[in-house]
Formats: sequence, C-alpha cells, structure tokens
Amino acid sequence: MTFHDKLLALDRRWVFLVLAIFVILPILPFVKFSVPVTPVKEVREIYDFIEGLKPGDYILLSLDYDPGSMAELHPVAYAMLEQCYAKKLKVITLTLSATGAQMVEEIVRDVADSCKIYHGFKPERGIDYVYLGYKPYPGIIILGMGMNFRIPFPQDYYGTTLDSIPMMRGIKNYDNVKAVINLSAGNVSDMWVADGNARYGVKLALAMTGVMAADYYPYYQSKQVFGIIGGMKGAAEYEKLCKNPGSATDAMKAQVFAHVVIIIFIIIGNLAYFLGRRKTAQTQESE
Amino acid sequence: MEQTASMATQIWTTVGILLTFCLFSFLYKDNPFYKFAEHLVVGVSVGYWAILLYYNGINPNLFSHLFVFTNDPTTGAEFNTWKPKFDELYYLIPALLGIAMWTRFSRKYAWISRYPLALYLGISSGIAIPVTMKNNVLTQLRGTVVGLGFDWSTSGFLGVPQSIWDIIVILGTISSLIYFFFSKEHKGAWGGAARLGIYTLMIGFGATFGYTVMARISLLINRIQFIRDWWNMIS
Amino acid sequence: MKQQIPLVLVFVFGVLLAIQYFVPSEPSQRFYEVALDGLTVIGIFAMVLGIWSQIHVGYNKIKRRAEDWQYSVVTLVSMFGMAFCGLSFMGGLNGPIFRQLYNNIFIPIQAAIFSLLAFYIASASYRAFRARSAVSTVLLVAALLLMLRVIPTGPLADPINQIGSWMLMVPNMAAKRAILIGVGLGSVATALKIVLGIERSYLGKD
Repeated sequence: MTFHDKLLALDRRWVFLVLAIFVILPILPFVKFSVPVTPVKEVREIYDFIEGLKPGDYILLSLDYDPGSMAELHPVAYAMLEQCYAKKLKVITLTLSATGAQMVEEIVRDVADSCKIYHGFKPERGIDYVYLGYKPYPGIIILGMGMNFRIPFPQDYYGTTLDSIPMMRGIKNYDNVKAVINLSAGNVSDMWVADGNARYGVKLALAMTGVMAADYYPYYQSKQVFGIIGGMKGAAEYEKLCKNPGSATDAMKAQVFAHVVIIIFIIIGNLAYFLGRRKTAQTQESE
Repeated sequence: MEQTASMATQIWTTVGILLTFCLFSFLYKDNPFYKFAEHLVVGVSVGYWAILLYYNGINPNLFSHLFVFTNDPTTGAEFNTWKPKFDELYYLIPALLGIAMWTRFSRKYAWISRYPLALYLGISSGIAIPVTMKNNVLTQLRGTVVGLGFDWSTSGFLGVPQSIWDIIVILGTISSLIYFFFSKEHKGAWGGAARLGIYTLMIGFGATFGYTVMARISLLINRIQFIRDWWNMIS
Repeated sequence: MKQQIPLVLVFVFGVLLAIQYFVPSEPSQRFYEVALDGLTVIGIFAMVLGIWSQIHVGYNKIKRRAEDWQYSVVTLVSMFGMAFCGLSFMGGLNGPIFRQLYNNIFIPIQAAIFSLLAFYIASASYRAFRARSAVSTVLLVAALLLMLRVIPTGPLADPINQIGSWMLMVPNMAAKRAILIGVGLGSVATALKIVLGIERSYLGKD
C-alpha cells in the first residue's frame, strides 16, 4: 500500500480528532490572540439603520431559530437587542420556530436585565418591549400580522391580551413599525421576503445561518432586503459595530484554525487523489 | 439560599454536559448512550411542543374567543375561567374543521379530513400565486435588468466598470436558466449557454459550501464554549 | 361528496384569494382577514396530528417489542414527563422544572446533534471534495476563496475579501437568482394545478 493509498484510506476518526484539537485549542483561556474583523457593507447597513432610528420608534425582531442554530444567531440577537434597548426603541419580538420559543423569551428578558448594568436603566416588559411568543405556520402568521398583529397574536407569550399591553395600544400592523429584522435558521426568511416584503412592502433585513447566506443575495440586490448578516462571521462583524464583543468574536479564533485545517484536508485529499490517478494511468500504460 | 441555587444550576448544567458527551460518543461509533440521548430529545421536544401549542396556540387563538378570560392580579396574564361566551361562536367553524383533520387516523372516516385540507390548500395556493409571481419572478427580473445600475463611470471589482459586471449578472442568470431548460437539447449555441450556466451555478454552490463550512464549525465551537464555561463554573 | 366537494372548495377559495390580492376593498380585506384567522386555528389543530403520530409510533414499537423498543420507552416517558411539568398547576410555560428540562436537556442535546455536522463536513472535505473535472474544480476554487475570507492572510486579506464580495454579488447572485426564478415559476405552476384540480394527490386514493 503506497503512501497516497494510505492517505485515501485514512479512518475518518483521525480527521475528527484533528478537527477537534484545532477547534478546542484556540478557545482555551491561555491562548490569547484576536482575529481582525472588518464589517462588510450589508452588515453595516443594518447597524446604521437601527442607529438612525429615534427613541420611541417601533422595530420588530422575529427570532425564528432553534437551539440547533443558536451558535450563529444568538450573538446577533444579543447585540441587536441591546442596541435597540439602548436606543430606547420599542421592540416587538416573536418567534416562528416552535423549539426556540423559550430560548428567545430568555434572551429578550436577559438582555433587558443586563441593560440595567451596562446602560443604567432596565427596559420594562409591556412598555419598552413585548414578546408575542410562538405560532405555527410562519407564512400564514406573517400574512396575518400584515393585517393586524391581533389576528395571529391575540395575546402575548405570557397570556396578556395585546390591547392590555401599553406599548401595543394603537399598534396595528407593519405600517406601525420602522422595520422587521428576521433572524432565521430556515425557510422562514423566504416567507418574510415573500409574505412580508412582497405582499405588504415591509422594510426587511435578514440575519441568517452561514448555510443560507449566499442564497439571499438576489433579494439584497433587488432591494427587497436592506441588509444581510451571514453566519458567525457576520455575527462577529455586528458585535464589532455594536462595540459589544461576545461569543461570535471569541469563536472567530477557532474558526480561523478550523478553516486552515479543512483547507489542508482538501489539499491533502486532492493530492492523494491525483497521485493515485497518475499511478493508475502509468500502470495502464505499462500494461 | 443563593449557594443552593448555584448548586442546582451546576447539577443541571452537568446533566447537559453529560448528554453532550453522549451525543459526541457517536463520533467513535453508534452506541446506547447516543441512542438514549437521541430518543430523549425527541420525547422532550414533543412534550414541550404540546404544552407550547396549548398556551401559545389553542388557548389564545381559540379558547379566548369561546370562553371568558380574566386577569391574574399578580402577573397581569389572563387565564381561562372556562365560562362560555357566545359573541364569537363562529370560531367553532375553524375549530371543527381542525378537529376534522384528526379523522386521518381512521380508515373509515379519513375522507372527512379532505375538507379542511382542501380549504387550507385552496386558501394558501390562492394567496401564494400572485405573491410568488411578484417575489420570485417579477421582482427578480426587475432586479436583473432595471435594478442594475449600468453605470460606466463607476469602477467595480478589478477596476472594471461596474456595468460590465452588471452585464455578466444578466448573462449568468440567463445561462443558468437555460441550463435548467431541458425541453431543448443542449447543443450548439444553446449548449454553450447551458455550459456557461453550469459554471455560474458551480460558483454559486461553491459559495454556499464555503459558508456551510463556517456554519458547521460554528455549531461545534458553540458546544466547546459550552463545555469550557461549564468547566470554569465547576472549578 | 368525498372527491368533488374538496375539489370545489380548493377551486373557489383558491380563485377568491388570488383575486383578493388585486382588490383591496373593505369587504375583500375582511374576507382575507377571516380566511387567515380561520387558517391559523385549523393549522393549530393539524399540529396535534404530529404529536399523536409520535405517541402511536412509540406505543406500537413497544407493543410489538420491535428492535430497540426500550428507547421508545425513553421517548414516551420523556414526552409525558415534559408535558406534565408544563401543566398549569406546575407553572405552565414558566414552570421551574419545565424551564430546566428545556434549558439543560433539550438545548444541549439539540445543539450537540447539529454540532456533529462539523466533523462530517471536515471528513467530506477530505474524502469527497475533489477537482475531478473542470466543473468540480470551479466549485472547489469558489469554496476555497470563500473560506479564505475567514482567515487573516495579512496583505492578501484585502484582495481575498474583494474576490469574495465579487463572487457573492456577481456569479453567485446570478446563479441563485436563476434558481429563485425557476422555483417561483414551479411553485406558481403547482399552485395553479392544485386550484384547477389537476393535482389531486392530497385527496388520497379512494
């Protein structure tokens, strides 16, 4: 068995082990270095838009992801919510992901609590922010909210009627919010673009997992969305803009190492493949 | 008291860590620990979903129209008194249609579920036709032709006028569409266009793959951060 | 009655809702609102099917003592246990045990399951991501360039970022737009087939 044959037949568990080592090493406490993060235009546009809003303006954050995707979207949710609270915006939050409902409730509440420490005031539930909770069938819910928030959400997550919530009085539909920011880990983003933007003309921005990001650039170019935050890189960029480095900034160190390892894997795999192919061709020639 | 709470947090978090290791054990090979955790999460998620569906679904969207709700003076939340009210009885119609869906489990009465299903499909298809046409087709075509600037004075990537890249977008879109058009054989000029289309598509899929690597690694890093934070907490 | 009424319902509501988009009058808006409201309620009931199906599958597996039936016990016990902890006398959605089970069982397992994909994409990169032909080489190079954006490459960082942005905004966008247009036309065609009664698979067999 030649060297490249051995390389091609390598047990995948060795690959797993190498990857694990290079992901663990950079995030150990004693490993100290930082990765330069330069925010791109499509991320900056979302940040600038929120910064440009006036205190008391309404914004809707639809946090449509579950724990399986929290690695990439939690950092954006934390940074963006804090930015909105700090700007004293009125924040309407909801989720269209069943298994993310409690997780989102905790983020919305945690960030409000942490504002007391970092900004000297605590946004109040019902006055500064509201969490509408979860409903199934995202497309129908997005369409329903376009007519009246009360159609899909007669009550908030905690069971309070929307009309009893001070900040929701007189707030009917998307016409009353400056923009919708959708943090999504699935095709809910498509529904927000189609049912929210195309049907009602909602001003929309998307934060999404890396897997999805490249697919949404047509909507960005056609101005159906005014910004895209793609994956952990986008999340780290947003944290940088908010001057609020968190888990995404921390994770970029491991991202660098893991990417180097995977690129090396691709190169080795291809080298072994070409060496093997050349040898086969030589054998066939000599025969 | 605070110490007890902290201890409880530590124990609960340790449970989470043990379950994480049960899952990671699959990397070596399939084993009972992995299977246990896998089945546990299915059960917990369905149980969670059932409760959520009641409190965030049936209760506010149906029961609040059919029963009298009253305020809890301490939390402000409303709760069901189960006293019926009669001003919105028409909500019984979608409720009955919804219940009709359940006949799917009976061989004899499964046909009844076709009525709500037909209603659902009819309404959602009717809504989707104009919206999808506008969103996926017309706005995209507009973006490809009108939305691009064709500004010869602005230089884009590599100092090439942006208009050149705009023309490449148009060519890329049309050639990719040609690649998907199988009613005409991919030969001659048509075949050349289809060939250009497949290369354009490959760059698109390559971009998606590049992003996917980052996405998958992110998920692993997040779990390593979770284990690191737990280690810091217990030590 | 079993076939014709559903077909009529699909046609009537499909046509009415499609026309409604172009008629923003008060009665038409009201009709649209009622349709969405009703659909939300019907949808919620339909979700119960999923829960019942899970119970049914687990119960049958245990009853038949099928392979690995013991794990179905784990599923059913955890399902009913979780639901019990969320009952109103246990605190409902805010019940302390319910919250802990969600935070310390559900979140870690679900996040860990997805994190396994990192290992498999590394393995796939090593074993399957080959420059076998010109087309696959283009795919590979595009992926590598996008991946290089994450790595600080010193003086090369700026050009790599520019190439990455160009790729996303020019060829990637053209490709994804073509797919969007194709999917859009396909979806409209399918919706029309359903409304016009050409596509009837949802009716089942008899």
